[in-house]
Amino acid sequence: MLTGAFALVFFYAPLDADQGFIQKIFYVHVPMALVALVGFMAGGVLAALHLRTRETKWDMRSYVTIHVSVILAVGVLVTGSIWARASWGHWWIWDEPMLVSFLIVFLLYATYWPLRFSIEDKDRQSRYASVFAIVAGAFVPLNFTAVRMAESFTHPETGTMTTSGPASVTLTFLASLLGMTLLFVTLCKYEMASKNATFRLRALRRRLAGDDDELALPGRSAAPQL
Amino acid sequence: MSTPAPALALRGAGRRYGDRAALRDVTLQLEAGRTLVVFGPNGAGKTTLLRMLATLLRPHAGEVRVLGHALPDGGWAVRGRIGFLGHEPLLYRELSGRENLRFHARLHRVAPRRVGEALDAVGMAARADDPVAELSRGMVQRLAIARAVLHEPDLLLLDEPLANLDPAAAARVAPLIGPGGGRTRVVTSHDPAGGLAGADLALGLKGGRVALLAPAGQVGPEQIGELYA
Amino acid sequence: MRTTVAALLSKELTLEWRTRESVPAMVLFSIATYVVFHFGLDRDRITGDLAAGVLWVTLLFAAILGVNRLFVAEHEQGGFDAFLLAPVDRTALLVAKAAALFVFLCLVELVAVPAFALLLLGPPLAQALPQLVLVLVLADAGIAVVGTLVAGLAIQTRARDLIVPLLALPLLVPVLLAAARCATPLFAGGGARPLPGDWLAVLAIYDLLFALIAYAIFDFLLED
Repeated sequence: MLTGAFALVFFYAPLDADQGFIQKIFYVHVPMALVALVGFMAGGVLAALHLRTRETKWDMRSYVTIHVSVILAVGVLVTGSIWARASWGHWWIWDEPMLVSFLIVFLLYATYWPLRFSIEDKDRQSRYASVFAIVAGAFVPLNFTAVRMAESFTHPETGTMTTSGPASVTLTFLASLLGMTLLFVTLCKYEMASKNATFRLRALRRRLAGDDDELALPGRSAAPQL
Repeated sequence: MSTPAPALALRGAGRRYGDRAALRDVTLQLEAGRTLVVFGPNGAGKTTLLRMLATLLRPHAGEVRVLGHALPDGGWAVRGRIGFLGHEPLLYRELSGRENLRFHARLHRVAPRRVGEALDAVGMAARADDPVAELSRGMVQRLAIARAVLHEPDLLLLDEPLANLDPAAAARVAPLIGPGGGRTRVVTSHDPAGGLAGADLALGLKGGRVALLAPAGQVGPEQIGELYA
Repeated sequence: MRTTVAALLSKELTLEWRTRESVPAMVLFSIATYVVFHFGLDRDRITGDLAAGVLWVTLLFAAILGVNRLFVAEHEQGGFDAFLLAPVDRTALLVAKAAALFVFLCLVELVAVPAFALLLLGPPLAQALPQLVLVLVLADAGIAVVGTLVAGLAIQTRARDLIVPLLALPLLVPVLLAAARCATPLFAGGGARPLPGDWLAVLAIYDLLFALIAYAIFDFLLED
């Protein structure tokens, strides 16, 4: 599954190698940004489910979704910076609304981990993290729109580049988007499975050591415990 | 005609704090109008139990029913009928006693004249308009008691109510928070003889678990002493 | 609900009047910041987008000071317990605290905006005063709601003073952006120009969206 996702992303990109290096970055940068944006909003929705059902698994899913989205966000900032350098000669430009809004979103979500870590009680940690995820998830589209409005005079719409270009551009873009989505889902599943396994291992170890206190949970951490 | 529901009914109640179990497997019943006295060393879970009964803490395990309503979902229904006196007086230091009580009266939708009555009852009418920060601990405790009984609750949860009170003050507040008057009470105490004297049911907690649960008349002070060993 | 909010709000305002902890600090901070800007920018008078930016950045940072202190009294003096024990709708606390923060911001602006006009602003303040008030009200509402949410989130954490600005500043960027874009034509050198309707709409939508979200989820911050 993972290899399939990677193959999709990278195989289609060289299809348009004749358009130059800059275009290839575009096929990674924009889908990554779109998937990350949706990921952040999904993190908010999953957090809302956690608050409604009070089941830890939703907090885990919200946590993982946000985690992977932040990783993608870093990717967006890096690829966007490279693109800016190649296109306009600077490592950072304020004209690109995607880049700017992602900087703000990244700064916001970077607080997710200190927030979680600073609350010791597990229930409260999950609850507060969920509140944050919902607020931040609603914030992401609003922020993007506001920043886009602010810079709308200076930067050409990404949308026009895909819809008005030759069919191969659109196709490659859509394929890349699909690949990026698959990558996102795969990373999420991978992280969730890894956390599940860690928790089961820990529980088994505790039982083996004769610790009958089922309520006890290990140490302090920023990650939700199942 | 079925017997009336007990004022308190706990079954296997538990509450964890971080990675520690503050309360484990607590099962007891208390009939309406009776007094439960809770003994135990510091950290045994007395305050946790009281706060859980006050609907301030959700139970993490088991069932907890207060005044016929299951917690945590039924908390909103019983809140107005519970009077809680914890370690904190729950008074704003920069406001006067009267202002604090008026604030609580508005929150509990209690008639304003009750404020004056409560102040008189605890003997704080004279200093009612001084900021709480300027009052002695005994006076603050008396104001806290006034706050707890302001809305004439059916269930009183008292965490060491007579702390910081001299005998005269303790005698003065006794009618407000003592047994009688049909109120159900849960009182924590470090005084074996005194605590048992005013109670119907005695609970001894140790390490969050029930170490002792018996009618107060059948418990001797030496059994209480063993909890602290 | 209304009586509860009224009781809470009057308690908030009484406490602030007695202790004078938040509002004077916010005012002094604003004025000090204007002085700093004067030296930092090396300008006697500023107009247009620079003026709008300086005004709003200063107000935003002053607001953070207020947000930091919003739930401190409750946290330190057991006030949360007192409220949680009362048979009231818990969302009343959100409404009352946000209203109190809004009032504090207005009080601060009553001094800070004229001070800004005195110290830094080029064009006369009166040229667009009603429009400026409108922008201030809309922006303050957004800051009040989001500030209360962030304060509620941060008060129970161990690193409250760090978490508040880290959360509040990114969340308030759209407010800053929209408010500055609205104020820019009002501070124009050659006479005030009309307010940009689309940016006013952004402020209004932001206020509405976060008010609804805050109303829906604030309860979850209070329970235990």
